[in-house]
Amino acid sequence: MSAPIDPGEAPLLSVERLTRFYGERLGCRDVSFDLYPGEVLAVVGESGSGKTTLLNCLAARMKLSSGAVRYRMRDGEMRDLAALGEAERRFLMRTDWGFVHQNPADGLRMNVSAGANVGERLMAIGERNYGEIRGSAHDWLSRVEVPTDRIDDSPRAFSGGMRQRLQIARNLVTAPRLVFMDEPTGGLDVSVQARLLDLIRALVAELRMAALVVTHDLAVARLLSHRIMVMKEGRVVEEGLTDRVLDDPQRPYTQLLVSSILQV
Amino acid sequence: MSTAQEKPETPYNFAYLDEQTKRMIRRAILKAVAIPGYQVPFASREMPMPYGWGTGGVQVTASLIGPDDVLKVIDQGADDTTNAVSIRSFFAKVAGVKTTTHTKEASLIQTRHRVPEMPLSENQILVYQVPIPEPLRFLEPRETETRLMHALEEYGLMHVKLYEDIARHGHIATTYAYPVKVEGRYVMDPSPIPKFDNPKLTNSPALQLFGAGREKRIYALPPYTRVESLDFEDHPFRVQEFSEPCGLCGASGVYLDEVILDDHGGRMFVCSDTDHCEGRREAGHRGHLAGAMGAPGAEAAE
Repeated sequence: MSAPIDPGEAPLLSVERLTRFYGERLGCRDVSFDLYPGEVLAVVGESGSGKTTLLNCLAARMKLSSGAVRYRMRDGEMRDLAALGEAERRFLMRTDWGFVHQNPADGLRMNVSAGANVGERLMAIGERNYGEIRGSAHDWLSRVEVPTDRIDDSPRAFSGGMRQRLQIARNLVTAPRLVFMDEPTGGLDVSVQARLLDLIRALVAELRMAALVVTHDLAVARLLSHRIMVMKEGRVVEEGLTDRVLDDPQRPYTQLLVSSILQV
Repeated sequence: MSTAQEKPETPYNFAYLDEQTKRMIRRAILKAVAIPGYQVPFASREMPMPYGWGTGGVQVTASLIGPDDVLKVIDQGADDTTNAVSIRSFFAKVAGVKTTTHTKEASLIQTRHRVPEMPLSENQILVYQVPIPEPLRFLEPRETETRLMHALEEYGLMHVKLYEDIARHGHIATTYAYPVKVEGRYVMDPSPIPKFDNPKLTNSPALQLFGAGREKRIYALPPYTRVESLDFEDHPFRVQEFSEPCGLCGASGVYLDEVILDDHGGRMFVCSDTDHCEGRREAGHRGHLAGAMGAPGAEAAE
């Protein structure tokens, strides 16, 4: 899968020597990369390699110890995320960005219906027409293959796979330009996982979103991403096009990682 | 307001609270008036009544009341229920003030869950008792988060609640404590008044103060403040409508209580605002059940 990148286009997200310490302990260190519109970047590595720390720093959910993350706003201006005000940051998070949690319960409002979950972002940005909100919710539920007659059901009544698809719909309803995904298929059984991956792939291509996917599952990275970053002990050990990295790993750690995949 | 104080026949300070406490509460009230709809924290005191009985309202009243004030206390519209009678006699005792049941004679009205039917004037203050001041409480349990949401004007969640109502019931089924937006800025819980009373909040000549004792919050609507009830374009805000007028005084366009008369399904609708109803009856208005009150069973049993 090659990235639909326009060579003249400026990066959407630009990361420079991102470093995060937890007191004495290292979270991640000296991570630098650019992410372009429409590109999917996978971050892989074992538990404790700093993937989630990196994701949280990028999504402005955590402060950096040093380094900078810049984001191209809708008006085309590159802004340092650390310099954004709280209101701007939150506005960005509910309009231009999406965040798909590994556990859908963290990303959904479990006490309100599926339709309200999808409609929440629309209402947050000022949509005040019930019919239109419900129409969008209906439309998005069918796009993520949740039966539309369950629009008024609580997500508690949904299976794990349906909850995850609902979480995706809820995030995509405002047509974000950048979506962060933390192990989006973790905890799902393989057939559900395959359908979900298909769906994410189709949506990313259709909406031309950029995505940053954190996963420890190399198969997920292979299927979804154009580019891959391998992390170990808080540092990036190898970076490149997904097929290249997985088929011809250069670094010993990446070779170990790739050769550790269980064959059935 | 309570400067010149003649000591009433009690060992307590005038209006029960000590002067420093009243000062602290007045300071909170001033801030609340300056920022309409914003919940101001205050150091709520223990009062000689349980939480939920109006400790917030009583503290606000105590800090405002002066020897010349005339106090009216209503509980769900009525002047003669336990809560109203107790609070009225409390202030008669600790402040020695005149009390009344007539809305137009009162300078200070403490209310639980109703706004009087009679329009208020600039010389009156309405004090509401508030159980839960935070309109977002049941949508977002973290107080740290809701305060941030107020600060950043993130009120999408409030509409999520209304959306849920329509999705489940086909209309906005919230009938009391209906959320309002104050001067286009803060979303506020108007206390559990029926939504019927919401239109009375806007542009009111009287100062409206809200006290929540257990939750330690005071908020306010200064006179002539714009208050809008939240709604959707295609599901606009509407108040309750009643199919029959008050059974005693024949008033329509007022909020009515349903009273069960017997165990055969007999019922009547009467004004919730007892003062308003009595005033109308004294002026000669009669409802279709007036006079039947002596023998309530007879009317319903046909």
